[in-house]
Parts: sequence; C-alpha cells; structure tokens
Amino acid sequence: MELPRYHRLQGALYRLEGSRCNACGTLHFPARAVCPGCGGTEHLPHRFKGAGTLWSFSELYQLQRGHPKDIPHLVGIIQLDEGPRVLAQITDAEPEELSIGMRLEMVTRLIRSLGEDGLRIYGYKFRPVMEKNG
Amino acid sequence: MRDVYIIGTGQTPIGELWGHSLKDLAVEATVKALYGTDKQAVDCLVVGNMCSGILASQESLGAFVADYAGLGPVEAVKVESACSSGGAAFREGYLRVASGTAERVLVVAVEKMSDLLPDSVSSSLALAADGDYENLHGTTFAALNALIMRRYMHENGYKCEDFAGFAINAHRNAVSNENAQFRRPVTSKDYANATIVASPINLLDSSSISDGAGAVLLSADPKDSGSARKVRVVGSAAATDTIAVATRKDPLWLSAAEISARRAFSQAGLEPGDIDLFELHDAFSIMATLSLEAAGFAPRGRGVRLAMEGEIVPNGKVPIATRGGLKARGHPVGATGVLQVLDAVAQLRGQAGGSQVPDARTAMTQNIGGSGASIYTHILVAED
Ligand SMILES: [Zn+2]
Repeated sequence: MELPRYHRLQGALYRLEGSRCNACGTLHFPARAVCPGCGGTEHLPHRFKGAGTLWSFSELYQLQRGHPKDIPHLVGIIQLDEGPRVLAQITDAEPEELSIGMRLEMVTRLIRSLGEDGLRIYGYKFRPVMEKNG
Repeated sequence: MRDVYIIGTGQTPIGELWGHSLKDLAVEATVKALYGTDKQAVDCLVVGNMCSGILASQESLGAFVADYAGLGPVEAVKVESACSSGGAAFREGYLRVASGTAERVLVVAVEKMSDLLPDSVSSSLALAADGDYENLHGTTFAALNALIMRRYMHENGYKCEDFAGFAINAHRNAVSNENAQFRRPVTSKDYANATIVASPINLLDSSSISDGAGAVLLSADPKDSGSARKVRVVGSAAATDTIAVATRKDPLWLSAAEISARRAFSQAGLEPGDIDLFELHDAFSIMATLSLEAAGFAPRGRGVRLAMEGEIVPNGKVPIATRGGLKARGHPVGATGVLQVLDAVAQLRGQAGGSQVPDARTAMTQNIGGSGASIYTHILVAED
C-alpha cells in the first residue's frame, strides 16, 4: 500500500505542477529543490499549461504489472511549450496516428491500478490536439 | 595511487540457470577467482549486485557472500548502481588497492533473475528509473530505450534494419564462448522478423533475463599473476547524468559516458585510437550506438554506421561485444560490469578462441546504469 506516496504526488499528477527557480527563472518539471542550472534553492510551484509537441513515442508490447493489458499502451516524451520535457502515456490515439512534432495536450486519466489493494492512480496523459472544424 | 593488477578471474555460465541460487553463483565465481590463492590474503570483498532483495529475496550480500564463500571475517560490502553495479564494484575494489588501503580485494558481481516471472523482473529493473516520473507511467527499460532510439532515427535518418549489425556481431562472437547464454548466430533476416518489444526495439535489439556471476581478484603486486599474462588497470572513472531521460539536456548524448571515458583516457594517457577492443553496454542496440559516440569512437549521429560498415567485428576498426556482449553472452544486470572485464581479460590473454581480436593489448569496458544515469569506464592493458 503506497497511498501516502500518491497523495504527495497529487500536484504533479493532477495539475502538472512543477517549479520555477526564484534565482534564474528556469521552469522545472518535475519540481526541484535545487536548480541544476544555477544552484538556486528557492523555488515556487509552477503549473504547466499542458501544451506541447511529441518528442518521441513508443508502443509497448510487454507491460509492467498493474497496467491493463487489453489496450494499446503508448508512451511518449512531450516537449512542453514552456520548456521542460515530460514522459507520459499517450491516449485517444492509435499508434499509426502519431508522428514526432505533432501537437499534444494534457488530459487527466487512469494511469494504472496497482496490486491486490486495487489502488487506482489517476494523473496526466497527453492526447493529440483535436483539429478545429470550420 | 599504486598500480593495480587483475590476478585472479572466475565466472559461472550465463543463462537461465534454474538449478542455481544467487548463493551458488556467487560462491562458484569466487572460488574460481581465488583458485591457488590463500583466502587469508584477501583484505576486502566487494559484491556488485542490483536487485537481490526483490529478485532473490536476499540483502546484506557483503556478509552473505563472505560467509558462504568461506571468507569470513573479511570486511565485505555490497555496491549498487543499477545495471552498472558490477562496474561500480570493480571501481570500488580498484580504488581500495590503488589507494593502498588494501593489498588484495576480491570483487564478485552477481544477479539471479530467473526465479521471478518476466513481468516481475521487468518491474523490478524499472525501479532504477525515476520512480514517480518514469516507472509510475509504466515504462520498462525497453520503453525508455525505444523513446531514445526513435528520436535518434528521426534526427539522423536511420531505419530499424540499420541497427541489425549489433545483434549479428554479438551472436556470432558468442558462438565460441562456452559461458555465453545464446551461442547461435543470427542473420539480418532473423533481425527483420524479430518480435517487437517496444517499437522500434525488437527482441534482437535487447538483452534478456540472465543469471550469472563473475569475480576478479585485484592486487598491487603483479607477481601474484603467476604465469598468466599480466593485466593492469590503467584507467578507472565514473560519472552521472539525470535519472530520467526526459529531463536530460540532450537525451541523445550519453554525457556520463563522455565524461567517464575522457577521465579514463586521460588517466591512462591513451585515446580512442589506441583501444583494441571495447566491451560496451549493448543492453539495447541504441545504447551501443550512443556509447560509441560519447566515448569518442564515432562522431555524433554516426555510431550506428560502425555496425553498418562492419567495423565492430573482431578484426574491424572498433571491435565490440567480442565474446557476445550483453545481448548474447547474457546480461545478469548487476554482474555485467565484471563480466565485461572478464571478457576483456580473455582477449588480452589471447584466450578468446574463435572471436579473438588480433594482437589485443589494450581494452576498454563501459558499464551503464539506468538509461545512462550512471556510467563506469575502465581501461586495461596487457603487460609482458
Ligand atoms: Zn536557477
């Protein structure tokens, strides 16, 4: 049972919350206590908008325990418009619809259900931006 | 710092060894490496291992191996650095002898993986990635490498089949290695038909689940080598990078490989052109590619060309995986760093049989932990 762990991750998982370095202004995801660029140790929370482009992706055929096996499991690295890259599952897309550089947006979905206790973990995933008609 | 020599070597066969426990494997390699040596002469035991608590239900491997190998009351410790645990243990042993705090150190690296089912093994290994920002999202190490490989192909204009040479070379070299897990050659047709694990990575791009152990005895005194050709450790260095692929400044460049290789070359007074063979960390073909580039054997974006142009075979320009590498010799994760050293020693002593590198005098090993987070580089030379 890792309930406290997921409780601590709520900001990141539900709101894509990272941090902004007070000293140099760099945005970090995940949040950091020490800025790798300038060494600054004062950070404020920063909520990312969740818009970006697909940096790379993969379709997984061998899954870890706790992941539903009956859906295509797509993961990607997303280059956020605000700077950092984030690794996430890709949803609402077939593998053949994906291409490097396409626009993606964040949504909140079921990430995994873990173990016998049935703990269900929700958090950010990314999906292709729907094309606007008309 | 003092000179350090490899004076004893031992290893088990590598494979899915249902009949052997972690204890059996560690003790077998230890006994072989100590053959003919007085056990009392060992000042310290360093055990390299990644995941024994989960994979083999045993921690405290320092005392555990010392006890069952009959080395008690020797000082003993386990060193962990993901898949580079073996390299980290070797460096720990090297530093103790080089610094003069020990005369003889036994380094044994071991992993027992096949007691658990494959998805459990995969989940255990994934603990070496960033727990909250990679592992939680279901990425295996194959997945992380797949993300890197697809981007590499995209930026540099390669196709999947361009990577086939890595598996073909590794499997061909394993045929004459009696300890290797997969002693059969594979063809480019096999590679093209191999099952996809995490697109674009297929089974032949990947190392598999292996059990095994390797051990070396290090000493400051070359006379301890007896009649065997003397092998000296002339370079030892390590560096780290971000734990997660996505936060890396440049995920297509193994900066920890570059830094550790540069330091090892500088300590040895050598450069890439002086290296006769390179036992690199080909857990996935893309890691072999990036290792060749970052360690200085190929320009950025051109590592895979060495495989395409046939330069990675034993009589090529940069021989790699000369006894099968991680792919075909096998990759018992925490043991691999020491197995690489043993393969290099076999080459330097002219004992590599059908995959012997002609006139091998200088060898380099590079052991990678995680997706490039922790990298150990060692350089060995044969002395007459
Ligand atoms: Zn800063």
